Amino acid sequence: MPRDDSPPIGLGYKSLSLVPKTEVKQSTKDFKSDQEVRWCPGCGDYAILAAVQGFMPDLGLKKENVVWVSGIGCSSRFPYYMDTYGLHSIHGRAPAIATGLSATRPDLSVWVVTGDGDALSIGGNHLIHALRRNVNLKILLFNNRIYGLTKGQYSPTSEIGKVTKSTPLGSLDAPFNPVSLALGAEATFVARTLDSDRKHLVEVLRAAAEHPGTALVEIYQNCNIFNDGAWEILKDPEGSKRALIRLQHGEPIRFGPDNERGVMRLPNGTIDVVEVTPENESQILVHDAHAEDPGVAFALSRLPDLTLDKTPIGVFRDVVRPTYDALMASQLRQNTNSAGDLQRMLRGTDTWTVN
Amino acid sequence: MDKQVQQLDRVIIRFAGDSGDGMQLTGDRFTAETANFGNDLATWPNFPAEIRAPAGTLAGVSSFQLHFADHDIMTPGDAPNVLVAMNPAALRANLHDLPRGAMVIVDTDEFTKRNLSKVGYSVSPLEDNTLQAYHVHALALTQLTVDALSSFELSRKDAERAKNMFALGLLSWLYGRPAEGTEKFLRDKFARKPDIRDANIAAFKAGWNYGETTEDFAVSYSVAPAKMPGGEYRNITGNTALSYGLIAGAQLAKLPLFLGAYPITPASDILHELSKHKGMGVRTFQAEDEIAGVGAALGASFGGALGVTSTSGPGVVLKAETIGLAVSLELPLVIVDVQRGGPSTGLPTKTEQSDLLMAMFGRNGECPLAIVAPQSPTDCFDTAIEAIRLATKYRTPVMLLSDGYIANGSEPWLIPDVTQLPDLQTPFATAANHETENGDRVFWPYKRDPKTLARPWAIPGTPGLEHRIGGIEKADGHGNISYDPANHDLMTRTRQAKIDGIANDIPKLAVDDPSGKAKVLILGWGSTYGPIGAACRRVRLSGGEIASAHLRHLNPFPENTGEVLRSYDRVIVPEMNLGQLSMLLRAKYLVDVMGFNKVQGLPFSIEELETAITDVIASVNAPKPRTRRPAGDR
Ligand code: SF4
Repeated sequence: MPRDDSPPIGLGYKSLSLVPKTEVKQSTKDFKSDQEVRWCPGCGDYAILAAVQGFMPDLGLKKENVVWVSGIGCSSRFPYYMDTYGLHSIHGRAPAIATGLSATRPDLSVWVVTGDGDALSIGGNHLIHALRRNVNLKILLFNNRIYGLTKGQYSPTSEIGKVTKSTPLGSLDAPFNPVSLALGAEATFVARTLDSDRKHLVEVLRAAAEHPGTALVEIYQNCNIFNDGAWEILKDPEGSKRALIRLQHGEPIRFGPDNERGVMRLPNGTIDVVEVTPENESQILVHDAHAEDPGVAFALSRLPDLTLDKTPIGVFRDVVRPTYDALMASQLRQNTNSAGDLQRMLRGTDTWTVN
Repeated sequence: MDKQVQQLDRVIIRFAGDSGDGMQLTGDRFTAETANFGNDLATWPNFPAEIRAPAGTLAGVSSFQLHFADHDIMTPGDAPNVLVAMNPAALRANLHDLPRGAMVIVDTDEFTKRNLSKVGYSVSPLEDNTLQAYHVHALALTQLTVDALSSFELSRKDAERAKNMFALGLLSWLYGRPAEGTEKFLRDKFARKPDIRDANIAAFKAGWNYGETTEDFAVSYSVAPAKMPGGEYRNITGNTALSYGLIAGAQLAKLPLFLGAYPITPASDILHELSKHKGMGVRTFQAEDEIAGVGAALGASFGGALGVTSTSGPGVVLKAETIGLAVSLELPLVIVDVQRGGPSTGLPTKTEQSDLLMAMFGRNGECPLAIVAPQSPTDCFDTAIEAIRLATKYRTPVMLLSDGYIANGSEPWLIPDVTQLPDLQTPFATAANHETENGDRVFWPYKRDPKTLARPWAIPGTPGLEHRIGGIEKADGHGNISYDPANHDLMTRTRQAKIDGIANDIPKLAVDDPSGKAKVLILGWGSTYGPIGAACRRVRLSGGEIASAHLRHLNPFPENTGEVLRSYDRVIVPEMNLGQLSMLLRAKYLVDVMGFNKVQGLPFSIEELETAITDVIASVNAPKPRTRRPAGDR
C-alpha cells in the first residue's frame, strides 16, 4: 500500500509520531557532544556528522529520545560525537541491538550507523533481517569500499581485483551492491547519497526519518587514507554531471550536462540509459519510489558500470508496510491470556488442594 | 468381578514406544491424573534426537518415566517397576533398566518378524527365556484397540493411532487413577474432530475395561496420596517454571520483559511459553540467530526493559561476544542456558552439566558474571527470580544454568502466593550525580553505588542524562573512552569486585547433617540435587553418616563455602561432567575435593550415588585413609 502523497519533505513525521517533541528551539550545537572528534583529517565522516548535527534540530524531537547505535569501524565512532543517548556496540550487531531497543521503546528515534564491513560482512545477517522485519530503525551505511579501522583491507563492496594489504594480487570476490541487497531483503525504504553533497544528504536523511519502518541509506563516503577517491567521479563537478542520476519521485529519470541522457525500458524488458531524442522523450521512465513492486528500483540499482557511470542517488524505494514494533505492540494489546494477572497465570487450569 | 487391590507406597512406570506412538502424551496424561490424585511425583521424559528416526528402530524410541508415591520423593526413580513397551525396539532399549520381577506390558501385534529383526532379535523375546525374570503381560494391544473402535468410521490407521489411549486406560485402571480428567482433556484436544475425539475416549475406556474384566490382570494397585504441606498445587515442568519465574521476576522489578531467542533444544519451550503471555506484557522476539537474540535483549535492557535470552550450550558460545559487551556496559541481562550433552551438537535431547566453566570463563578478557543454577523443576521458578534480582541490582549479566533433566522433568508445585514474593525494584537514574570542578552538575554513567559497585542505569528518554557507552574501556566515573593503563587495571578489578561482592548478598551454604557427626560431605549443584538427596536418605537409613549441601550460586560462591569444605575429611562432588565444579573449588579453596563424574546424557541413579557415598565413608573410617578414590570415579 503506497503512502498517501504527502510532500516528500515535511515535518509531520509519521515514523516519529510517538517520540516526544521538544518545546525549546534546538541548534546544531545541542547535538554536539563534548568529545573530540577523532577521524583522520579529511575523512568523509566529518561532513556526514556535520550534516546530521545540522539536520537533527529540524526533526524537533526531544534529544533525550534520540539514540544512536553503532557497531565497529571508523563510522561506528559516530555515536560518541552526538549529544544524545548512544551505544557503541560490537562488530556487525548494531541492527540486532537496535531492534530490541526499538521494539520496546516506541518513544525513541533510533538510528544505526554502520559501514560496509560492519553491515555487509560480519553483520550481513542482522542487516537483512532488520530490513525484512521493518523495525523502526534508520540505518546509515557509510560505504567507503575499504576497511579503514584495521588499516586497509578490501571490503565486501570493494571492486574485484582490489589490491590491498590482504589482497596483494588483487581481491577475487564480487562485491555487494548495498542498494540491490537491501531491495532484495524486502526493505521498505532504500536510498543512496554522497558525503560531499550536504543538500542531497540532508534531503535523503529527512525522507528516511519520515519513513515508518527500516530505512537504509547508503552514503558514499571517502576514506582519504586507505581508499582515496573511490567515488571521485561522482563528486568532481564535471564528471558528476555526466555520471550521476538524481532520482526524484514523480520526475522523468534524466541526467547529463544538458539533461541529454535518460533511462528507458528496452524491448528486452531491461532498462538502460539512452540519449534522449524528441522521439523517445515520452518513453523516458518516470521515477516511482512508491511502486509496490521493487523491480524497477532494483533495475535502477544495477545501472552503474565499473567506472560508476550512470550511478543513481536519491530515494530508490519508499513504501509503507506495518512496522515490526507496531505489530508487536498490537499483539501485546490483543493477547489477554492470563489477563495480566500473575497469580492466575501461576495457577494455570489444573490444580489440586492439599489440606 | 471384584479384584484384589494391593497397597503400594511408590511406583515407577516407564512408557516406551516409537516416536510416533504418543508416549509423551500418554505419560503427561498419567502424570496429570496422578498429580490430581495427590501423590508426590517426578517425571523424566527421554526423547530421541532424530526428528523422525525410522519406525521401529532403537534410535526412534521415546520414553516417559514417572515416579509417584505416598511420600515425598526426589527423583523420577532409577529402575521402573513397570515397563509399557509398544514394540520390540522399546523393549530392547529399556529392558536393561528393569529390575527382576518388574512388570512388562507389551503389544504383541508389533512383535512381527520384521520389527524383531530391525532391533536384532532373531527369536521373539516373548518366546524364549529373555523375559523369564519378569512378570509379562503380552496383549494384542493394537488389535484390541482396532476392535474396540470397530463401530467408528475410521481407517485402520487412525484406529491404530488410539492404541496409546488404550494403554493409558489400562494403566489408569491398574493404578486406580481417576479417569475424568483424561476424558475431559481428550474432549478439549479433539473438539474440532469429533470422530477422533470419540475414538480416543472409547479406546481409553476399552483399556480400562480390559484391565477390569480380563483375567490377565488379577490385581490392581493403589498408591495413597502423599502428605504434603497444605495449599494449592499444580504440576509443572522446569522450563515452564523458569518461564513463569522470568515473568514474575520482571513484574516484581516493575520492568517489561523482553526475550530474544533462537529455537534450540532443549530451551525452545521457554520461548514457546513466554510467547503465550503477551497479555502479561511479555515481548518475545524470535531472532535470526543466537547472536541477534542476545543482542536484541541487551538493546532492550539499554532501553530499560529486562532483557533475557534463552538457549542451550551451542547458543551460549555464539552469544559470548555480546555477553562480554553486557559485562562492559554493566547492564542487566539474564542468559538462560538449558544445558545438554556436548561438545558441538553433542546430544541435543540428553542432559549434562558441562557448561559451567564456559559460563565462568567463556569470553575474552577478564569478564566475570554471576551464575545461578536451579536444583529441581519447581526451583527453576525461584532461581529465575534470583537471576533477575542479581541482574538488576548489580547491573550485570547473570547466567542461569538449567539442564535437560529438570527442564523437561516435572513435579508438583505448591503455587506461590504472589503477594509474598519480594519487591525487586531498582530505580533508574533520573538526575545528575556528579559535580565538576567548576560546579556543574553532570551525569557520570560509571559513578558507582559504593555498596554494590553497580553503576546507575539511565535510560534513553531521561532528560539531561544523555550519555554514550560502548565496549571500549571506559574511564572510571565519567565513562568516556580511556586507554589509560591504571584505569584499565582499576576497571578490571572493579568489575570483578562487583561480582565477588554478591557473596555478601546471598544465603550462606547450608549443610544438612542430621546426626552432626558426618566426616564426609557430598556437595552438588543444579539438577543433581534430587539423586543426591535420595541417595543420602538411603545411606542414612542404613546407618551411614553423610552431610550434604547444594550450591545454587556458582559465581560467586556463598561466603562460607571454603569453611564448609574444610570442615569434612572428604568432600564428594558429583557432576554430569568431568569435574568442572571440582576444578573451581580446588582452585579457589585448595581443598582436594573428589569428583564423581558421569557423562552419559543421563542423570545419576540413586543407587550409583549411594554406592559411591558408602565407599567413601568406608574409606574415611578405614584405618588407612586416603588410599582409594570412590569406586565410581570415571
Ligand atoms: S581510516 Fe578512512 S574512514 Fe577511517 S577515519 Fe581515516 S579516513 Fe576516515
